[in-house]
Amino acid sequence: MDPVAAKYIGAGLAAIGMGAAAVGVGLIFGNFLSGALRNPSASDAQFGRAFIGAALAEGLGIFAFLVAILLLFVMK
Amino acid sequence: MAAESQGIDPIHQFNINRLFDLRLGGVDASFTNASLFMLVVFLAITALMVLSTNGRHIVPTRLQAAAEMAYEFVASTVRDTTGDAGMRFFPFVFSLFMFVLFSNLIGLIPGAFTVTSQIVVTFAFAALVIGTVIIYGFYKHGAHFLHLFVPSGVTPVLLPFIVLIEIISFVARPITLSVRLFANMLAGHITLKVFGGFVAMLLGAGVYSVISPLPLLGIVALSALELLVAFLQAYVFAILTCVYLNDAIHPGH
Repeated sequence: MDPVAAKYIGAGLAAIGMGAAAVGVGLIFGNFLSGALRNPSASDAQFGRAFIGAALAEGLGIFAFLVAILLLFVMK
Repeated sequence: MAAESQGIDPIHQFNINRLFDLRLGGVDASFTNASLFMLVVFLAITALMVLSTNGRHIVPTRLQAAAEMAYEFVASTVRDTTGDAGMRFFPFVFSLFMFVLFSNLIGLIPGAFTVTSQIVVTFAFAALVIGTVIIYGFYKHGAHFLHLFVPSGVTPVLLPFIVLIEIISFVARPITLSVRLFANMLAGHITLKVFGGFVAMLLGAGVYSVISPLPLLGIVALSALELLVAFLQAYVFAILTCVYLNDAIHPGH
């Protein structure tokens, strides 16, 4: 296979990982919302924790993004 | 590709241009557009905080209310995450939060440069945070700080793997902290530029120019989203800084 084509295909495959991170972040906020609607008085205290969880889930998607960036711009 | 052939390059906005050259002992310390906007951000924050606290009214003016809201918001975030022992880091977290927030917001002005869309800037912040965590952790707790990597109550069989995972996650922190902010800013601004390119291309496409308002509406909606992202990423940066500092203040799970 043409190495340049393989590079771009690899970057595209790495972008799938971002979608997986999106699923994770969506799950966190969906569950936070369903919990907050059941017990609205407790939701404010857990707001920050929801964001920490989302940031951590997003962090793993960032690795996929890094792989794509490395493939596109660093690998020759 | 079509956008590039018409001279609309979505990456062009991130170019760093020298405004005037300066060399200090062989180091390229030129004043660039990035430096200019850092200065603008710094002046904007200083103006907000100084002007708003000049009068110190009991019934706050609008500016004073804005400054007090920012102060209260960061103070409660720090107190909730790190406890009262973490309040000594409040000036640090507040400076970081305000700088990131103002860089993101000023970057949204069309034609302005986004300081936080440069990985160098965000990684410098992340390295500062992690450096503070490591130095303060060892200064405060000595070797006990290493308990951070050894959770209590784990079966001995699993312990080496857990320690390995903890170390990897600690080492990955500066990378994720910096790349999260940088990637969000970069992707948002590229999206806005690409949609702007759609408008320009449609305007030059004869009959099809009647649908050019559609991507323009898209830009308006995306700008609103970017405004949210600009605030959210500053908040996430601040709260993760607090979480990491909390590890230095209270190591061991």
